[in-house]
Amino acid sequence: MMNDDIPLIQTQQLVKVYGSGENRVVALAGIDLNIQSGEFVAIMGPSGSGKSTLLNILACLDRPSEGKYVLAGEDVSGYNRAQLAEIRGQQLGFVFQSYNLLPRLTALENVLLPLLYRRNGRLSHTERQEKAMAALASVGLADRSHHYPNQLSGGQQQRVAIARALINDPILILADEPTGNLDSRSSEEIMELLLELNRQGRTIAMVTHEADMARHAGRILMIRDGKLAFDQRNGYHAAVESVSAAERRQA
Amino acid sequence: MILGEVLKIAWQSILANKLRSFLTMLGVIIGVAAVIIMVAISAGTEATISEAINGLGSNLVFISSAFSRGGPAGGPQPSSGGLVYDDMLAIRERISGVAGVTVEQQTSVTIKYNNSTLEDVMMVGATPDFTVVRDVQVAEGRFYNDTELERASKVVVLGKTIAEELFGESDPIGQTVTVNSIKLTVIGVMAEKGLVAGVDFDQQIYVPINLVFKKFMPSQFARFMGDRVRQIIVSVDPKADMNKVIEQITILLANRHGVSLDSLDLTTRTQADIIATQASTTASFRTLLAWVAGVSLIVGGIGIMNIMLVSVTERTREIGLRQAVGAAPGDIQVQFLMEAMLLSLVGGLLGIVTGVGGAYLFEQFGGMRTVVLPYSIGISFLSAALVGVFFGFLPAKQAADLDPIVALRHE
Repeated sequence: MMNDDIPLIQTQQLVKVYGSGENRVVALAGIDLNIQSGEFVAIMGPSGSGKSTLLNILACLDRPSEGKYVLAGEDVSGYNRAQLAEIRGQQLGFVFQSYNLLPRLTALENVLLPLLYRRNGRLSHTERQEKAMAALASVGLADRSHHYPNQLSGGQQQRVAIARALINDPILILADEPTGNLDSRSSEEIMELLLELNRQGRTIAMVTHEADMARHAGRILMIRDGKLAFDQRNGYHAAVESVSAAERRQA
Repeated sequence: MILGEVLKIAWQSILANKLRSFLTMLGVIIGVAAVIIMVAISAGTEATISEAINGLGSNLVFISSAFSRGGPAGGPQPSSGGLVYDDMLAIRERISGVAGVTVEQQTSVTIKYNNSTLEDVMMVGATPDFTVVRDVQVAEGRFYNDTELERASKVVVLGKTIAEELFGESDPIGQTVTVNSIKLTVIGVMAEKGLVAGVDFDQQIYVPINLVFKKFMPSQFARFMGDRVRQIIVSVDPKADMNKVIEQITILLANRHGVSLDSLDLTTRTQADIIATQASTTASFRTLLAWVAGVSLIVGGIGIMNIMLVSVTERTREIGLRQAVGAAPGDIQVQFLMEAMLLSLVGGLLGIVTGVGGAYLFEQFGGMRTVVLPYSIGISFLSAALVGVFFGFLPAKQAADLDPIVALRHE
């Protein structure tokens, strides 16, 4: 993993603007942010605050209009789509609110999907199967490997998705409302799984609007009007108050 | 991305919508099958025609009078023009490299033997070279000879079917038959030859041409048609140079007729000329058919493009997910291109099966001769593949250009 004194994520005056002229919308208005390796960061904010935009840029799914994004010492802000795809495939893992499992593939096939797009260190069919099996086992679903997504519960599907995120041994896991579609029990299970991964040293950035979930994270970032309004380490209560304040203002 | 995996993904997505995939392929299937069947039918027709032409005999040159020159149309020709019987004799005597020369005069006659009567039998008057020129054999007895030709002897050689119908099991040689009230002695029976260019050689009888001139023509024709012939058929020795022989014949006949080579009163055609004319007709016909069939291939391709565009829209989320987990735009493009190609290739293969099977059925039940040409299979299959690449390109590009964020949010 990364050396602790070099941040895993470094952004400088990150700006994202959509549209132009009258339709111009500033989604991010200059964000400076450092995230160290091994952190569990919850990104919060009211809807329209720009938190999803920030996550998309951190996830290399989108490019900033201005500013710099350095991931693991590599400035990726100017990368083209193919280069970003390579970064996503090899360094990042994704967990989505709606799981995004391919319905025609089994749990195992879904998990090994990122391996198919590897450019370096390609694995044989058997190696891929073994690796995917191990990833499924690590989320406790070894016995569900040949089930299709529609044969699994929501919590199980999300665990398959987490196994998929882990398969390429990513330096950063990005989770977008990972518990948004789950009941409270499954939500707790998924959060526990993410926390366990964090305890094993994984860096996690998670967007959520549920204070209950954010409470688990070691650090809470509050985005408001495209700016970093609040950056609190180990400060759950302050964050919650801040969210409440934001909601009051919106109401 | 690994090619095998790309193929697998493409194959799975085709299988996921079997009916839709089949309907999509249908255009290509019909297109490929149409190309193969159309070409097979025209090739079959062509083969039938050239066989018929070759069946007339071997290495033949047909010399005909240019009848339109001089004299009223359809009326008797002035004695100074046209081919005469002696021209045939001259070719036979003076041109080297000639295997046989004959003239033919056909008349419809009635034959009687005992109580059997056959009406409307074609009687062919020719020369002894007839067997060489027309490539026919005598099965029993013999053909008439030069002496019998000169003397206009009352002899006849029967076609196989005629002999069977008149004599049944008994031996016809030496028997006398009555042809239009003239008694002729049977000296031979021809071997089976069958139908050639619409003429059944087994249903004809063969006599010396002089006998026809003397006994079987109305007397008023005999006077000026006596030794006039419509066509002289020359069989060139396979070892001789056909063009040289034709040139010599042309010079000889021009001299005999007292005309210059520029104003010949005759035309010469070889079997090759006839075949070439025929071939160019069928070739252009075939090209036309191939184009028509090709258009249906293009229509099939448009069908594929259509469905692929629908597929890209349907699978937008899948595309977004694949991009999120590391698929580059190129990977996505290759995947959809492969799917379109696979659709058209499988369609192409089914089309080949349908086409070859269809050609067989046409032959069995349609009464049409078909020859499946390997090149038509190759070309149509290749076209199907190209159609897949060409019409798959736009949908694949569209898929590759999807923004992963937008694609992932797509409902």
